Amino acid sequence: MEIENLDHYSQVILSLAALVTLTSFIMLAQGRLLRLVFVFALQGFMLVSATAIAAYSFDNPHLYISAAITLALKVLFIPWMLRRHILKLNMHRDVEALSNKTAIMMGGASLVVFSYYVLHPIMQNSSMILLNALSLSLAVILLGMLLMISHHQAIAHVVGFMSIENGLFFAATVSTNGMPMVVELGVAFDVLVAAVLFGIFFLHISSSIDSLDVDKMNRLNEVDQ
Amino acid sequence: MIPAYLLLLLPLLGIVYFGLLGHKEDVGRQNIRFNGVTLFLSLWLAVNVFNSGSLISAGDYFIVDSFNVYLIVLTAFVGFTTSIFSAPYMAHEQEIGKLTVNRLRLYYSMYQGFMFAMYLVLTTNNMGIMWVAMEAATLATVLLVSLYRTPESIEAAWKYFILCGVGIAQALFGTILLYYAAIQISDVDNALTWSVLYENAKLLDPEILEIAFVFMLIGYGTKIGLVPLHNWLPDAHSEGPTPMSAVLSGLLLNDALYAVVRNKMLVDGATDSHIAGYLMMGFGLLSFLVAAFFLHRQKDIKRLFSYSSIEHMGLMTFAFGIGTPFATFAALLHMTVHSLTKSAIFVTVGHAAQISGTQSIEKIRGLIKTQPQVGWGLLIGTLAIAGFPPFGVFASEFLVLLATMQSYPWLTPFLLLGIGIACAGLFRNVQPMVYGEKPEGQQAVQANLWPVMIHLAIVLWLGLAMPDFLADWFTQATILISGSAPL
Repeated sequence: MEIENLDHYSQVILSLAALVTLTSFIMLAQGRLLRLVFVFALQGFMLVSATAIAAYSFDNPHLYISAAITLALKVLFIPWMLRRHILKLNMHRDVEALSNKTAIMMGGASLVVFSYYVLHPIMQNSSMILLNALSLSLAVILLGMLLMISHHQAIAHVVGFMSIENGLFFAATVSTNGMPMVVELGVAFDVLVAAVLFGIFFLHISSSIDSLDVDKMNRLNEVDQ
Repeated sequence: MIPAYLLLLLPLLGIVYFGLLGHKEDVGRQNIRFNGVTLFLSLWLAVNVFNSGSLISAGDYFIVDSFNVYLIVLTAFVGFTTSIFSAPYMAHEQEIGKLTVNRLRLYYSMYQGFMFAMYLVLTTNNMGIMWVAMEAATLATVLLVSLYRTPESIEAAWKYFILCGVGIAQALFGTILLYYAAIQISDVDNALTWSVLYENAKLLDPEILEIAFVFMLIGYGTKIGLVPLHNWLPDAHSEGPTPMSAVLSGLLLNDALYAVVRNKMLVDGATDSHIAGYLMMGFGLLSFLVAAFFLHRQKDIKRLFSYSSIEHMGLMTFAFGIGTPFATFAALLHMTVHSLTKSAIFVTVGHAAQISGTQSIEKIRGLIKTQPQVGWGLLIGTLAIAGFPPFGVFASEFLVLLATMQSYPWLTPFLLLGIGIACAGLFRNVQPMVYGEKPEGQQAVQANLWPVMIHLAIVLWLGLAMPDFLADWFTQATILISGSAPL
């Protein structure tokens, strides 16, 4: 099926799905923390647009509410909080040396293929938009994990964690027009509490190991000293 | 349903109460009272279910059936006895200056928060809320793991937070897929309601559910501590305060397994392929064997017993995976006896660590000579958890073995091997701690060992003669999960 033959809603959602995945790739290669947080906010903003468009197309008022919650949490509050911590801990000039960027990007690309491979059998009978959007949101989840593996800064880990949440949220919005309201509120509450706790942890970690490099936290393991 | 509502309401009140008044003198005692009343409520609920069968609340929000009601009672009971232990223990920690008043306030408030999350996981009828509550349990306990603020405890808490958070995100993706499968057949409002899904399981798309289950198993499996997703578990158990280790091992792991089994019931209803069972068997057996070997190289007493928890959770997952009525019965029994024994062990381990002022196995010596109650408690608890007769763990492990022989005889040697290795791993470490010469200047500490004795007495009782009402109860739960009675 050609993309020009689809209705406008599907075209927009497919483009946004592609853009959300693109932001995940940009984050993957980003060594500067402030830019990382900015791209994360951008990804959140695309989610908000996708949700608002879905709400408008299906005339579904509760999606407007989840769009508003996402705007408040993922575009405003969490990026603001992360930015504040970066400035306070004086980390905005640091550039993280990412080892082997090429391999990481290739790994990211194969994760996208893998996501299609996993979801293709169950989605081939449903619409094209569903197959693409759901596979790409699984890809965003996996790319979030790759981000956490490849970066060493605790702040980058939180961005990865939250971008996994973004992928989940996108999946719920496009495949099912959002989870039931009570579940969505519960998830938003968990994300909010998690964000606050992460803020507390930044302080604890920086006072305990004098930096936010999680690779330095290696006291607990099963390796013989 | 009234006791179920009260059961959820009381811990919520507890969060606020301890948040505001947690700095008072007798705060430990108040915590015991809160948990005592919830224990009473859970028994009331159990009697209701026993008399009138499954209860579903108005609007389908909550469900209490024979499967979860016994876990609710178990949760309330372990929560209660652990609170009895935690009162003098935390007071002692405060006395020696490891904790400030504010952190104690946080501890008691989050203790109630954790209990609330556990009751919500167990009673909710909505798979989405179950996920939210499971994540809330992580959030409630993560600050407790880092309560001592040592570099190790902060590292453990960070690991716990990130690993469980990322892991459980997979379970949410699974839940979204389940929801997607469900809205094809039912209306949007109750598409995540477990009881509705269970009735219509045959109509759900089996392929979607199989993939959804893979995500759920990985997600909730992280919380169960299944290998290779177990890394957070020994760290979180060893670095947090000991009462937390007791409730994490005794309750959190069980409830995560409960979530997996609920999902398995849906998948089994939708497909005939038994794929959910095979996955659980594979992960379970791997965890069981890997943890048994890891027991041999532990240097920290709490890490030792947390690997033992991984081992037993693996065995339960394996037994639920076999899925025959016999195996399910064994798994339910094992869940009970493991919770009781393991929380009793952590209580004695907590006292042992306070007596010798360290958690290092090499430095804990001569417990029986210093404080006989603690030494014997640890020894008998270890005997029980290693599966010696006549304790209940022996009975349940024996049943799992029989069920394996019935269905998959070629797997029996692996189980026997694992049990043998684990037993050796436990005793080579526990024996010198319990016997051995007492180091100079080692003093007995104030200890309340009633919880240990009660737990071990129940485990002994379950091993010698299981009371009829309990057997009935397990049988009903078995019928619910696997479709027919065990015998």
